[in-house]
Amino acid sequence: MFDVNKVDAIIEKHGAEQRALTAMLQDIQGEYNYLPREALEHLAQKMKLPLIQVYQVARFYRAFSLEPRGKHSITVCLGTACHVRGGVAVADQVGRLLGIKPGETTKDRRFSFDTVNCLGCCALGPVMVVDGQYYGKMAASKVERVLAKYSGEEVATNA
Amino acid sequence: MPRLTSRAEFEAWRQSILASWDPSKPCITVCGGTGCSALGAKEVTAALGRELKKQGLQDKVDLKMTGCHGFCERGPLVVVYPQHIFYQSVTADDVPDIVSETLIKGNPLERKLYKDLVTGEPIVYEPDVPFYREQHRILMKYNGLIIPTRIQDYIAIGGYQALCKALFEMSPEQVIEEIKRSGLRGRGGAGFPTGRKWEECRRADGDIKYVICNADEGDPGAYQDRSLVEGNPHSILEGIIIGAYAVGAHEGFIYIRHEYPLAVEHITRAAEQAEEYGLLGKNILGSGFDFTFKVHRGAGAFVCGESSALMRSIEGYAGEPRAKRIHATEKGLWERPTVLNNVKTWASVPHIINNGADWFAQMGTETSKGTMVFSLVGKVNNTGLVEVPMGATLRHLVYDIGGGISSGKRCKAVQTGGPSGGCIPERLLDLPVDYEALTEAGSIMGSGGLIVMDEDTCMVDVARYFLHFTMEESCGKCTACREGSRRMYEILERIVHGKGQEGDIERLQEIGTTMINGSLCALGRMAPNPVLSTIRYFREEYEAHIRDKRCPAAVCKDLITYSIIAENCTGCGVCLRNCPQGAITGEKKQVHHIDPSKCIRCGICREVCRFDAIKVE
Ligand SMILES: Cc1cc2nc3c(=O)[nH]c(=O)nc-3n(C[C@H](O)[C@H](O)[C@H](O)COP(=O)(O)O)c2cc1C
Ligand code: SF4
Ligand code: SF4
Ligand code: SF4
Ligand code: FES
Ligand code: FES
Repeated sequence: MFDVNKVDAIIEKHGAEQRALTAMLQDIQGEYNYLPREALEHLAQKMKLPLIQVYQVARFYRAFSLEPRGKHSITVCLGTACHVRGGVAVADQVGRLLGIKPGETTKDRRFSFDTVNCLGCCALGPVMVVDGQYYGKMAASKVERVLAKYSGEEVATNA
Repeated sequence: MPRLTSRAEFEAWRQSILASWDPSKPCITVCGGTGCSALGAKEVTAALGRELKKQGLQDKVDLKMTGCHGFCERGPLVVVYPQHIFYQSVTADDVPDIVSETLIKGNPLERKLYKDLVTGEPIVYEPDVPFYREQHRILMKYNGLIIPTRIQDYIAIGGYQALCKALFEMSPEQVIEEIKRSGLRGRGGAGFPTGRKWEECRRADGDIKYVICNADEGDPGAYQDRSLVEGNPHSILEGIIIGAYAVGAHEGFIYIRHEYPLAVEHITRAAEQAEEYGLLGKNILGSGFDFTFKVHRGAGAFVCGESSALMRSIEGYAGEPRAKRIHATEKGLWERPTVLNNVKTWASVPHIINNGADWFAQMGTETSKGTMVFSLVGKVNNTGLVEVPMGATLRHLVYDIGGGISSGKRCKAVQTGGPSGGCIPERLLDLPVDYEALTEAGSIMGSGGLIVMDEDTCMVDVARYFLHFTMEESCGKCTACREGSRRMYEILERIVHGKGQEGDIERLQEIGTTMINGSLCALGRMAPNPVLSTIRYFREEYEAHIRDKRCPAAVCKDLITYSIIAENCTGCGVCLRNCPQGAITGEKKQVHHIDPSKCIRCGICREVCRFDAIKVE
């Protein structure tokens, strides 16, 4: 939940200056996995900036999400090296199995699905990452098995 | 340890490190780069730690987790010193045998050795593996040998000696002169002469100046900058401090992609250590020179790799490029004179200061000196990071180092320079890699991405891929780039969906020219390159899509059909069970059949069929 003290601590750490804005947004995103509106409003107020200026920066950079994210985050690399090795087929299959498009989160907030333009381990392409765990040499036919690991665990904890 | 306050103190410290650094002591290194880590390097290292202890060897053998060795394809990599015995694809299960055979008995463990791709012969020693043998490693040389987070390791291999030399034996002008004479050109894209950039900044008015390292590495398919920052962060930092001294800057930054958490961690640690020992901060080694250094994480915008956008981004704004009527060397970050260089450019500096401009200038071609680190990826056998002198041919890179095409098919093209670059066809593979030669061929050197494509790569699809990239990454400030990339993408979309029309090729060329002429920054100006170069070399592929509604590489979904080759099909039913659309029917042990009206061309049946019975055309 949004906690004003946490945001204040982040502001305190960096100093409420323009040059620290992205770093503060990164820390807030690190805390909540997205940028809650209340946090941005609070930040704008502390920095004595119009809210729109904070939004402008938050929207410009891809790393920031203005929406809450799913419990598990799935990223499929569509960088050139992964693309020529069939990354699109992997991404299509993830989208089909979850019923969402890149950039979206499933209704039950279990999975968020994104594509990126290179994760810097192109030798392993096509690469897919789930919650920081890398899966190299992926193929569309392997996606279901990988995802099952994460949905399975969820069923178990719900039971 | 207190801060070192003189060159003599540094020298004494260095000697004490060297005294305890015994190159003949057995040492086992595990690559801890992102690639090998993803493949299980941490488990291997942990298992080695346990096994050494179990065998009572923990004091006799050093165990190190290093940065990326470059041969990521074969990870996790393990090298045993002092012999340089090279093991590939190591798992925790191999560890007891490695310890008992190699460390205790001194024998190589045959099953983990690299096998020559042609002869099948096992190769024991790292320097004999063709992937390494054919390289000339300067920047990457120590990546496999040192612990990146230990400044002592860097000192032991000669680190910070160039800084001492610059600070105590050379004037800033002499440093600049040395860099100029070396012929070093920027490794981030355009290849601007580094010494000249520094000189402009030194001469610019103002007391406050900045230096910045560009580690944004936005090129999809390139990761050499990341590996250098991860594997040898001090070498970059040393280059930056020397550059700051030369231009008269007292504050510097590294702008680094947020997708690279390990690199951020390692450069941050390196700066803390340098500060602790007096190599950074106030009065460095008592020389009177002050320099502070900050790490700035990017937040995911390709355009921020562009110099003026990057500076806006450090200032805390949305990273939109500015018109370059005035050079950043006069008015850059916060309107102060600023030098921005790429990671590899900075990392080259200590080598030039240590070994001299002549040593550097003897490598390479007439106009391109030194070495270049490429990320050799795509459809090639030995994917990884390779460092060669400028002027090496693409063929040498793809075949001698890369071991040829992984699919066994023919090489079709090599893409260099990322979204700003182009595709160079197979028949031009004898081209030397040099700034001018690549530009002449319609591509650019770029930051070192080198993506190998084979007959299964559709060049129209590749062009569309890059235009999609540009469209998404355009900051939208100028119409030519924002609208031009959108229009070009739409035309390419049409073509790959079989809706291409006569005149589309000419329209693409026309819009491309408009973008080149009407865009403010190089993102827009260079974006048409992938399209124009593929039209130049692969026009017949465009025509096949447009006129015959055919994709010769069998990639574009709307132009292909999946079917089953009756002679090959055993009726095993694997495809039927895996097809997500229920498009496949057939009785057990009978030839199966695909219903084209249900098939979504996802490719799964082809992946799972073990009898090569799925045909795509
Ligand atoms: C859209 C765009 C993206 C760029 N991305 C990078 C990058 O990721 N890394 C880099 O070093 N240079 C990049 N550049 C080039 C930089 O603008 C700049 O020329 C370079 O960092 C200067 O350093 P150098 O002289 O050492 O090459 C990019 C340029 C453009 C136009
Ligand atoms: S060329 Fe494109 S990316 Fe560059 S400033 Fe113009 S719109 Fe932005
Ligand atoms: S997987 Fe291949 S061999 Fe088996 S039924 Fe399908 S097409 Fe035939
Ligand atoms: S390509 Fe996909 S949808 Fe079509 S038959 Fe094969 S598995 Fe089924
Ligand atoms: S292109 Fe996918 S990791 Fe680089
Ligand atoms: S990450 Fe291990 S060799 Fe590159």
